[in-house]
Amino acid sequence: MDIDRDTLMQMLRRMWMIRNFELKVIEVHSAGEFTGAAHPYIGEEAVAVGACAALNDTDYIAGNHRSHGHPIAKGGRVDKAMAELYGRVDGYCKGKGGSMHLADFSIGILGESGILGSSVPVAVGAALAAKIREENFVSLVFFGDGASNQGALHESMNLASIWSLPVIFVCENNQYAVTTSYATTVSVEHVSDRASAYNMPGLLIDGQDAIAMYEATVEAVRRARAGEGPTLIEGLTYRFEEHSLGLGRVRRGEYRTEEEIDSWRQRDPIVIHEDRLISQGIASREECDAVNAETQQEVDRAVDFARNSPFPEEADLYEDMWANPIPQP
Amino acid sequence: MAQTVFIEAINQAIAEEMRRDESVFIMGEDIRLAVYGATANLLGEFGEKRVLDTPLSENGFFGAAVGASLVGMRPVVETLTSFMWVGMDQLISQAAKMRYMFGGQATLPVVYRATMFYGGGSAAHHSDRSYPMFMNMPGLKIIIPSNPADMKGLLKSAIRDDDPCIVFEDGTLFGMRGEVPDDSELPLGELIVPFGEARVVQEGTDCTVVGIAASVNHAVAAADQLAQEGISIEVIDPRTLVPFDKATVLKSVEKTGRLVIADPAPKVCSAASEIASIVAEEGFWDLQAPIQKVASEQVHIPYTPALEKLVYPNTEKIVAAVKRTLDV
Repeated sequence: MDIDRDTLMQMLRRMWMIRNFELKVIEVHSAGEFTGAAHPYIGEEAVAVGACAALNDTDYIAGNHRSHGHPIAKGGRVDKAMAELYGRVDGYCKGKGGSMHLADFSIGILGESGILGSSVPVAVGAALAAKIREENFVSLVFFGDGASNQGALHESMNLASIWSLPVIFVCENNQYAVTTSYATTVSVEHVSDRASAYNMPGLLIDGQDAIAMYEATVEAVRRARAGEGPTLIEGLTYRFEEHSLGLGRVRRGEYRTEEEIDSWRQRDPIVIHEDRLISQGIASREECDAVNAETQQEVDRAVDFARNSPFPEEADLYEDMWANPIPQP
Repeated sequence: MAQTVFIEAINQAIAEEMRRDESVFIMGEDIRLAVYGATANLLGEFGEKRVLDTPLSENGFFGAAVGASLVGMRPVVETLTSFMWVGMDQLISQAAKMRYMFGGQATLPVVYRATMFYGGGSAAHHSDRSYPMFMNMPGLKIIIPSNPADMKGLLKSAIRDDDPCIVFEDGTLFGMRGEVPDDSELPLGELIVPFGEARVVQEGTDCTVVGIAASVNHAVAAADQLAQEGISIEVIDPRTLVPFDKATVLKSVEKTGRLVIADPAPKVCSAASEIASIVAEEGFWDLQAPIQKVASEQVHIPYTPALEKLVYPNTEKIVAAVKRTLDV
């Protein structure tokens, strides 16, 4: 597949944006600037960035608890995302959602869900609307290997298949549901094997390779828009960090070996993408480094934005409950 | 004024709203052939795209309704209260919480029509009156009609409302006949019952009886019986539990000084409990006797009619409760 330079460079930019965002989150969380859980996406950037590069602004995504990468990959703003983590009024959800509930409905980000598998039926519903209204948008949902065992996913894949809905199921198989290996919890060798039960294509893709993810998603989107129904894409990837910030009791050596972690760190999705851009003469080393530096600066500005944004007022507690407001009991 | 059966009122509301607004569609199990009756003839008029038979996947299609509503559709989902348990995650984690959690970005004009079949030997798995559990969850509007006219007018309001609504349909009323005005008789040209406006079913001076769903009709029967003994009962139907029209109830208690609440839900943390607590907090000095709850016994629904009939509020229990407040 011929991919234009702009798309390839935007993929690089968004991967660096996610990486630098997450590194900054780890830094400021460790410094105690905000509390609560946050789930770093480091190591998995190519999955969301490759998949979202195949979508338009009018297409929808939904995601899960490991939630910073998806909106950034879809073109979300890091300043509003960071302010949300800081619990400030200028955050995406005015501080009411936090790390696990980033959303930007203006560009099709229907929100992240802290309950795993729970956003999958929602994405199917958006696709159902496209079918009923005979519109051309698609919806794409990210979930992990852990959530691939949720009934919600299986009900959703069945619904999408029988109704031939324009939805793309993207499993980010990072191989561990917190500490539990997918090898011990998934009944088939690959999550993508589950597609056959629902009569849809199931693709096993190298999730460290943004271009491979992009190409697979382009074909899934083409099928969806053509009315050919859903696709399951499994991006095999790896979580470089621990499950969540603030979950210090989990020690990585207890459920995965240092050798395993090191071997996956050798397959850094950003390094893989940059090597390809440089070897094919699409970008120079300097250009790639500049993308890294620029995104670092943008993330620094996002932290300034978040720190300078006020906390919500007491009166905001009851705001946003209803579209058609009713008296508080 | 036309006499209309309760289930026909449901059908009229759905069909009228589907005619009026192309974004309204309905889905559920066995609705094309209208196994429960409320969706009769919809398939013929509106076609397969807007009348969807679903697989037995409540979590899946409850959530699909959420997702469709987020992008501009107005889904109406038919289900039974007892099947809601298998779709709870979508009702709670998504439908109820999304708007607030996303800082007001999400708008969810979705309606879940939850039929409560009870009182007919359906046993524990098919007899739930579960609305109090949903009252406890912020973010859901809870509608509970007691007659055909309110059923039609409230369901139409729910379909037009931009928030997630659960309409609890009392299956014991499905065959009830009642007057439903023709649109031509109405000032607005259509029957719309707003949320949060209780109906004073009949005025009285000695005791207020708030009824929920079919208990409204038991309360009216109790009032008729008590009238023979010279006791005057004011019967109030809240019609919606979220929002709840506490002003009408408090005003009535101010007049009567006594309150009985009849509620088919199990009595612990029931709708009756909440209404009692509101009046205890805000109308205490108007009370001349302790508030009486006539709710269901705190047991599962037994199959045998010998036991099932003991569980629910009925006219006799309401009469006895009113007499306790009057110490007669």
